[in-house]
Amino acid sequence: MAIIPVSARRFALALIAAAALVGAAAPALAQEAPDVMVKRVAQDVIATIKADPAIQAGNEARIRDVLEAKLLPNFDFTRMTALAMGKNWRSATPEQQKRITDEFRALLVRTYSGALNQYRNETIDYKPLRMNAGDNEVVVRTLVQRAAGAPIQIDYGMEKKADAWKCYDVVVAGVSLVTNYRDEFNEQIKNGGVDGLVKTLADRNRGVAAK
Amino acid sequence: MSAAPERGRPALSRAALAVAVALLAGCAGAPSREDPFEPMNRALYQFHDTVDTAVVKPVAQAYIDVVPQLIRTGVSNVFNNIEDLISALNGLLQGKLDKLDNDLARVLLNTAFGLGGIFDLASMVGLERGNEDFGQTFGAWGLPQGPYLFVPFFGPTTVRDGSGAIVRVMVGPVGYIGDVAVRNSLYGVGAVDLRAQALSAGAIVDTAALDRYLFIRNAYLQRRRYLLYDGKPPPEPEEP
Repeated sequence: MAIIPVSARRFALALIAAAALVGAAAPALAQEAPDVMVKRVAQDVIATIKADPAIQAGNEARIRDVLEAKLLPNFDFTRMTALAMGKNWRSATPEQQKRITDEFRALLVRTYSGALNQYRNETIDYKPLRMNAGDNEVVVRTLVQRAAGAPIQIDYGMEKKADAWKCYDVVVAGVSLVTNYRDEFNEQIKNGGVDGLVKTLADRNRGVAAK
Repeated sequence: MSAAPERGRPALSRAALAVAVALLAGCAGAPSREDPFEPMNRALYQFHDTVDTAVVKPVAQAYIDVVPQLIRTGVSNVFNNIEDLISALNGLLQGKLDKLDNDLARVLLNTAFGLGGIFDLASMVGLERGNEDFGQTFGAWGLPQGPYLFVPFFGPTTVRDGSGAIVRVMVGPVGYIGDVAVRNSLYGVGAVDLRAQALSAGAIVDTAALDRYLFIRNAYLQRRRYLLYDGKPPPEPEEP
């Protein structure tokens, strides 16, 4: 009975060690500051894109894979969609909310991968973060320096979630993505109801041109 | 004859009434208080977009395909150098002396050491462009934005920004060049340069927009608000 096989004891020890590691790592990850996170993710995505010959050759499907794996888990698309829908969000059923969120996400991914396809050795300056202890929402400010043309300010609206900071808005040169869609969503809903918005988003994602 | 003006007056007031009714009808139907003339603007946008797609965009694309990047950047920089001087003037008009300072330093540096503005040395040493213009100056002076307008071949604007653009043309310097051919060539190159710079943004609008007219209008109004408040706009009031 005292003879617990050595391998089992080792296994138990390994389990405890793993649990301890996970326990230590989880709060460490949650504590990653939002600006540190934006920088880490951006550098990771850029390094991957630069190192991938298929992407350099203009393969958009590959860019989308990289975005799915590295970038998108850091976004809160439900909050983004709710903000873009404004007061209409509450009048949509949970089923409709989910469909709109999925379609909106797909639209943003298409837009993003198209924009990243034009990536040509831009460098990103990270501005100092203004944040008070206990803030649950901050704006991470960056300035993208281009080889040609004026630098573009890109800001990320970030919110603190249970596990990590998530991005809920991207503001390009003062133009908020979420705000920009508000009138368009409103118009679609006014003309064709919430289902009309779902249909328009789905059509756009299937490549039907906007009017 | 005294009858004519008497006939004229009712006719005039009838016309005024018709305009007022049209405006009110426009207001009632429009989703945005900032764009009371939406039906008219949409028609103008359609016209603009058709001609732009058929003629202007291909010319801008050809410019990019034929002229090397280095030269295009130089062309942009020369025009920007003039705009930096205009920006300095507008900084002064708004009492933003830091902007005045910044933009004058840019112009001096780029004109003296950047071969008359061909090279943007100022940006390389971290002097960002001030981006002030007459539309923002009118805003800083308290003039209301006025209705949104889409002007074919010019693009999105508002009554306030459009007035600023007219003042901008009057200030020169291109308008004061005596040689008509040179003057028109400069206007032409300036326009193609601007359109070429906007090509990649246009591609993004084509992918992202559900309704390109609304997308462009909202992006324009957001951008102008952002510039008016020097990058720190107050939160927008919630829609009722």
